[in-house]
Amino acid sequence: MSGPGRRRGAGAGRILLRFVCGLIFAFLMLPLVVLFPISFSSGSYLRFPPPGFSLRWYARYFDDPTWIDATWRSLQVGTATTVLALLIGIPLAFGLARGRFRGRSVIENGISAPIIVPHIVISIAIYGLFSKLGLIGEWYGIAVAHTVLALPFVVIVLLSGLRDFDTSLELAARGLGAGPFEAARTVTLPILAPSVYSAAFLAFITSFDELVVAMFISGANMTLPKKMFDSIMSEIEPTVAAVSAMQIVLISALLLLGTWLRRPVTAPLVR
Amino acid sequence: MTLASTTAPVASRAWLRPGPFALTLPALLLLTLLFMLPLVRLFSLSFTGGFGWYEKALTGGLYTVILYRTFEIAGIVTFFSFVIGYPVAFLLATTTPKWRAIGFAFVMLPLWTSVLVRTYAWMVLLGRNGIINRMLIDSGLLDTPLSLLNSRLAVILGMVHVMLPFMILPIYSALTRIDPDLPTAARGLGASALRILTTIYLPLSLRGIVAGVTLVFVVSLGFYITPALLGGGKVMMYAMVIEQQVREFLAWNFAGALSVILLAVTLVMFWLLNQGVARHLRD
Repeated sequence: MSGPGRRRGAGAGRILLRFVCGLIFAFLMLPLVVLFPISFSSGSYLRFPPPGFSLRWYARYFDDPTWIDATWRSLQVGTATTVLALLIGIPLAFGLARGRFRGRSVIENGISAPIIVPHIVISIAIYGLFSKLGLIGEWYGIAVAHTVLALPFVVIVLLSGLRDFDTSLELAARGLGAGPFEAARTVTLPILAPSVYSAAFLAFITSFDELVVAMFISGANMTLPKKMFDSIMSEIEPTVAAVSAMQIVLISALLLLGTWLRRPVTAPLVR
Repeated sequence: MTLASTTAPVASRAWLRPGPFALTLPALLLLTLLFMLPLVRLFSLSFTGGFGWYEKALTGGLYTVILYRTFEIAGIVTFFSFVIGYPVAFLLATTTPKWRAIGFAFVMLPLWTSVLVRTYAWMVLLGRNGIINRMLIDSGLLDTPLSLLNSRLAVILGMVHVMLPFMILPIYSALTRIDPDLPTAARGLGASALRILTTIYLPLSLRGIVAGVTLVFVVSLGFYITPALLGGGKVMMYAMVIEQQVREFLAWNFAGALSVILLAVTLVMFWLLNQGVARHLRD
């Protein structure tokens, strides 16, 4: 961690650094901020400044069953992906963190492969297989494909949680007479909870935002990103801006919830 | 396969290490069926009839030009991500906790917003009636709108925006591991700010820089959404060619060959960048 000694005396260089970083932060936030005025526009083009205020693009989203269907499908696929990735990822992380067996490091490195392999390559490979199996357009097909993409993130987060984990706490609980399940419930799970929340969040977002795989295998049963992509390609109206603005608000709320969930669990134990 | 559990006290062994290898089996099954198998299947398609598809991909002018351009764009994106990412990582690593939290919010919120949403926002910003053109015209700097969209500039801008957090985070984490006494001592001995940057911060954060550069470059090679939307068909990248071959021409064999090439290039670059730093750190 940086000591306070380093930033004593805000010289000209420091002020310049702050100014440059301010510009970069503005660059990072600009695309997010800009969608809000557009989404409340009363005009039917992406015009700026908007000619007036209206909620018509939000109304169009809620009135159009194809948008609502796509949203439900994405929520369904995202939830299934999260559950599946945790069901597979938690045992895997325990095995890798606590086991000593031949091929362990190979598995640990191999699990990250879907991050490095270009998504377009994974997408068409799965598309080829699913076409043969008749799985195109099935929501669970998208969910298992998304699980492959989400698993590395889940395992990375859980592994770092487990490596920081002091196993003597479990032994202490056992020594004090707790049964294996009681020890897991009262010691292991509460300490790991923040990692599990982060992993779940990552898995859900990976699936909910995923476009390239879904583009190939969702067929006529579109996910929300596929519906947005089609809408962007075919029409120039701000419905997508309204959907995007709602997503940004949702993500911000989840991030705030995340910091709130993490605090009460870690704070007393870290001390 | 040996399932030797090692030093655990007898009482806890049964539930702490319930056959560690067995725990990895569901994941291995999933990755075999939905990752390895589809990839092997796709790659085997590319070898039907010898190496003809590879010959077409590697000697035909068009596809080598696009491969070269993909490299070029990934390189430019990596360069700009580093140049603007380093100062941010530096500020985050050396500022007060309060400002660090605020700065992190500016980095993490875009990171968590979907690439599609952000790319769409750049379309809104850069379009003919977009905000940037409107501001330039209203301020009297321009008479007619610039065509900013559907250009290489737009693609690079959008990609830097997507990749920047992946550059900032590893560099930040390397910078926080530097002993704060080092720069203080150097300053006390009269070193200039530039000298401290080049002799302390840059070399000691090299591991983070390489991690960021590797990730940004390798992921940029496979970009699809951003160039497809911001390039408007005028800026072709390799992933777009693969998509086109499958969806428009159903040319699975050729798409398989292009996929093998893209994957091989990605893995070689990944390996080279990591090797470079490994050698440097040994010396």
